[in-house]
Amino acid sequence: MKSVYQKFLALILLLPISAIADWDLNLTKGVTPISREIYDMHMVTLWVVTIIGILVFSVMFWSIFHHRKSKGVKASKFSHSTTVEIIWTIVPTVIIIALAIPATKLLIKMDDTSEAKITIKATGIQWKWKYDYLDEDITLYSSLDTKSQEVGQRDSGLNPMEHENYLLDVDEPLVVPINTKLRILTTAEDVIHAWWVPDLGWKRDAIPGFINDNWAIIEKAGTYRGNCTEICGKGHGYMPIVVKAVSMEDYEAWIDDKKALKLAALESQNKTLTMDESMAEGEKVYKKQCLMCHQANGQGVPGAFPALAGSEIALKKENTLEHLYRIIYGKNLMPKFGDQLSDVEIATVTTYERNAWGNNTGDLIQPKEVAEARKNQTK
Amino acid sequence: MSTLAQDTHHDHDHKPTGLKRWFFSTNHKDIGTLYLIFALTMFFVGGGMAMIIRAELFQPGLQFVDPQFYNSMVTIHALVMIFGAVMPAGVGLANWMIPLMIGAPDMALPRMNNMSFWILPFAFALLLSTIFMQGGGPAGGWTMYPPLVLQTGEAFPFLIFAIHFLGISSIMGAINIIATVFNMRAPGMSLMQMPLFVWTWVITSFLLIASLPVLAGAVTMLLTDKYFGTSFFNAAGGGDPVLFQHIFWFFGHPEVYILALPAFGIVSSIIPTFSRKPLFGYASMVYATASIAILSFFVWAHHMFTVGLPIKGELFFMYATMLIAVPTGVKVFNWVATMWKGAMTFETPMLFAIAFVILFTIGGFSGLMLGITPVDFQYHDTYFVVAHFHYVLLTGAVFALMAAVYYWLPKWTGYMYDERLGKIHFWLSTIAANVLFFPQHFLGLAGMPRRIPDYNIQFADFNMISSIGGFAYGLTQLLFVYIVIKCALGGKKSKAKSWEGARGLEWTVPSPAPFHTFETPPKIRKEMLENG
Repeated sequence: MKSVYQKFLALILLLPISAIADWDLNLTKGVTPISREIYDMHMVTLWVVTIIGILVFSVMFWSIFHHRKSKGVKASKFSHSTTVEIIWTIVPTVIIIALAIPATKLLIKMDDTSEAKITIKATGIQWKWKYDYLDEDITLYSSLDTKSQEVGQRDSGLNPMEHENYLLDVDEPLVVPINTKLRILTTAEDVIHAWWVPDLGWKRDAIPGFINDNWAIIEKAGTYRGNCTEICGKGHGYMPIVVKAVSMEDYEAWIDDKKALKLAALESQNKTLTMDESMAEGEKVYKKQCLMCHQANGQGVPGAFPALAGSEIALKKENTLEHLYRIIYGKNLMPKFGDQLSDVEIATVTTYERNAWGNNTGDLIQPKEVAEARKNQTK
Repeated sequence: MSTLAQDTHHDHDHKPTGLKRWFFSTNHKDIGTLYLIFALTMFFVGGGMAMIIRAELFQPGLQFVDPQFYNSMVTIHALVMIFGAVMPAGVGLANWMIPLMIGAPDMALPRMNNMSFWILPFAFALLLSTIFMQGGGPAGGWTMYPPLVLQTGEAFPFLIFAIHFLGISSIMGAINIIATVFNMRAPGMSLMQMPLFVWTWVITSFLLIASLPVLAGAVTMLLTDKYFGTSFFNAAGGGDPVLFQHIFWFFGHPEVYILALPAFGIVSSIIPTFSRKPLFGYASMVYATASIAILSFFVWAHHMFTVGLPIKGELFFMYATMLIAVPTGVKVFNWVATMWKGAMTFETPMLFAIAFVILFTIGGFSGLMLGITPVDFQYHDTYFVVAHFHYVLLTGAVFALMAAVYYWLPKWTGYMYDERLGKIHFWLSTIAANVLFFPQHFLGLAGMPRRIPDYNIQFADFNMISSIGGFAYGLTQLLFVYIVIKCALGGKKSKAKSWEGARGLEWTVPSPAPFHTFETPPKIRKEMLENG
C-alpha cells in the first residue's frame, strides 16, 4: 500500500511546486519519523483533492464555455441518470476508504507512547510553559524572551522585522536529547493551552486537571519553535515553545549544570541584599514576569490589570506582607509565582515595585522575609 | 365566504403605515425585509471588527489595539457574523420566499414570527454593549471554552443571556418554518415537488430545534459554574472542561450546516434558472441534504481531535467526518450536471452561484484534509482552519446569500438592479475574497496559530496580502448597499417573471410582490413548479 503512495508522491513531486516549498508555503516535513509520515499523508490528500478539483472544475468550465445561450445552444431537458448518480456516489466512497486506511495506521502508531526513555511534563500557565523533567527532579519555566516583550509592546517604536525569532523565542528552552523516545505530557494550571512544535508533527491540548501523553523521537539536532495554539487569554500570542535538541552527552551535561544551579540558588537564600543590587535584579524579574500585565511603567491596564505605581499595596509599610502574599500566592487573575520564583527573585522584584516609578518607599526586602512569608500562609 | 373574499380584496393595498407597520408587523414580507436589513447591518458591524483584526495583522508588532481587545474582536466578530448576519439573512429569505414558493398566504404563526425577529436587536444590544464594559467584551473566542470564558468580567452574564435570546429567536423561527411548510402548501404541491430551498430550510429548521437547546444548556452550565458554585467544567470540583467542548460542538457542528444548507437551496434554485434546464437529480439532492444533516450530529469531536480523545473515538469521528464528503460531493456533481448542456447566461446571481460552487468546494477539500485525524494534529487551530471555514462561510454561505438577494431583488422591489454594477460587485468580491483567504492556507501550514494579535516576521508577507484583500472586500460591500438601495428606489421595471428561465410559484405573482399574496391557494399546474 505504502509503496504505491510513495510512487504516486514521487511522480507528483516532480511538479514545480516542490521548488517553492522552501518559501514557507507548505507544511514542514519536520524532524521526527511521525512528522514525515504526516507530511506524506498531507501531500497525498492535497494531491487527491487537487486532482478531483481539476477534473470537476474542468468539466464545469467546459460546460460554461460551450453550453451558453449566446452560442445559440438549446437547453436539453434531462434531469437525472441513475447510472452516473451511482458512479459518483461510489467513486468518492472508494477514494475516502483509500485515504482512511493509511490514516488509521498512522494514528495507531502515534498513539503508542510505550518504551519512552525520558518523560517531560509540559504545564501551560497564563502565559508561560513549565517543564518538569520527571526523572531528574528538574523544573524550568519558559517565558517569552525579553526582547520580544519589549518589541511587542504597543507603540514600542521598535521594529519586529529586526528580531528574527520575534515571539518565537524564550528565556529557557526545553532541552532534549536526539534519537531518544521522549514522552511529553501536557497539562495546565489555569485555562486550556495547547503545546505545538510543528517540526515534531503534532499539537496537543494542555487541560487543567487532565494529562495528555504524546511522544517524539527527534532525529536531527537543532532548535525547533512553536506556539501555544489554544486561545488562553491576553497573552495567548506570547507563550512560544522552543525545543533545543542536542546530543545525549550535551543533554547529560546540561542536566548536571541545572542541578548545580539549583543548589547554588538554595544557598543564595541566606544572602543579605543591597538596595542597588535589589533594584537591578528586581527590574530583570519584573520585565520577565510582570511587565506583560502591569506594563513597563507600572500603570497596568485599567479595568483589567491594576496599577502598581502609586498603589496602596506597594506604598504602605503595613502592606509589605500582603504585597509578598500577592506575589507568592496570587489573587484572582494574578497567577501565583511562589513555585517558580526563588526567594531572592521575589525579594528583589518586591523591592523594585516598592521603589520604581516614583513609589520611592525606600523599603528593602530580604530573601529571609520571603521565606517567612511562605511559611506564614499555607494556602 | 364572500365577505372574506371582499375584505381581502380591499386589503391588497391597505397596509399599516409608519412605525406601526414595522414594529407590529405580522406580514411575512415585511418581517423578511426586517430580517434582511438587520442581517446586512450586522454584516457591516461584524465586518468592521474584521477590518480591525486585519488592520492589526497588517504588519508584525502591535499597532492599533491591545491583545485583550483584539481577542474580544475575534470573539464578537464570529458571534455577530454567525448569529447576526448569516442566520438572520437565511431566515429573512425563508420568510420572504417560502410562502411565495409553496403558495401560502403567510407564515403559519405570524405573531411568533414578529417576536422571533424583534428579539434579535435586543440580543445584539446586550452582546455589543459588553465592548464598553469594565474589563471589555468576551474575549475567549466564540466557542466560549471554560475555564478561559469564566475569566470574562462584567460582560459574562450579558454574553450568556444574549446567546439564550438568539437561541430562542432561532428556535421560534424554525418552528414557524416547519409549521408553515407542513400545513400551508397549496393543494397539489407534494413534499417532493417543493423547491429545494424550501427543503433545505425544513431540514435546517430541524437542525436548529435539535441543536440550539443544547447550546442553551451548555451556556447555562457556564453561568452556574461562574455564579452559583457548580463545577460542571471545573476539574478541581470534579467536573471536566472537555465536557463543555463535547456539548458545544454537538451544537456547533450542526450549526455549520444551519449556515450552509440554505445556501445549497439557494444555489439549487439559481443554477437551473440560468441554465434553462431543470435541476439535475432533485431527489438525490433532497436525500443528500438530509444525509448531511443527520451525519452532522455524529462528527462533533472532529473539532476536538487534539483534546486527547481515546483512539477509538478519534477513528470513529475521522470516518464519520470523511463520510460527509460523499453527499456533499453528490450535490456538487448535481450542480455541474445541471449546467451541462444547458443554455447558460451569466447574470449576477448566476455568477455568485458558480463562484459558490467552486469556492465552497475548495472549502470542502480543506475540510476533508482537516478530517484526517493524524494530519489534523498539524492543521488544528492554525490559519489553515481559518481559511477553511471562511471559504465555506464567506465565499460559501455569504456568496449564496448575495446571489439570492440579486436573484429575488426584482421580485421584492419590482425593479431590476443595475446589472453592470452587480457584475462589478461580483468580480471585486470574488477577487478580494480570494486574496483575503487563500494566503491564509499558507500561513496555517507554515505554522501561524489562529487568534493571535501579533506574529513572527516569517508570516509578514502573507498577512499583508491577506489584509489588503480584506480591506478590498470590505470596501466592495459598500457598492452592494448602493446597488440594493438604487434598485429599491427605481430602475427598469421587472416583469412578474424576472428571469427568462425561472420557474416556481414566486414568479406567478406580480413584481413587486403585493402585500398579500395567495389569499386563495393557486391552482397548481406542473409547468409552474420549480421541480415539476
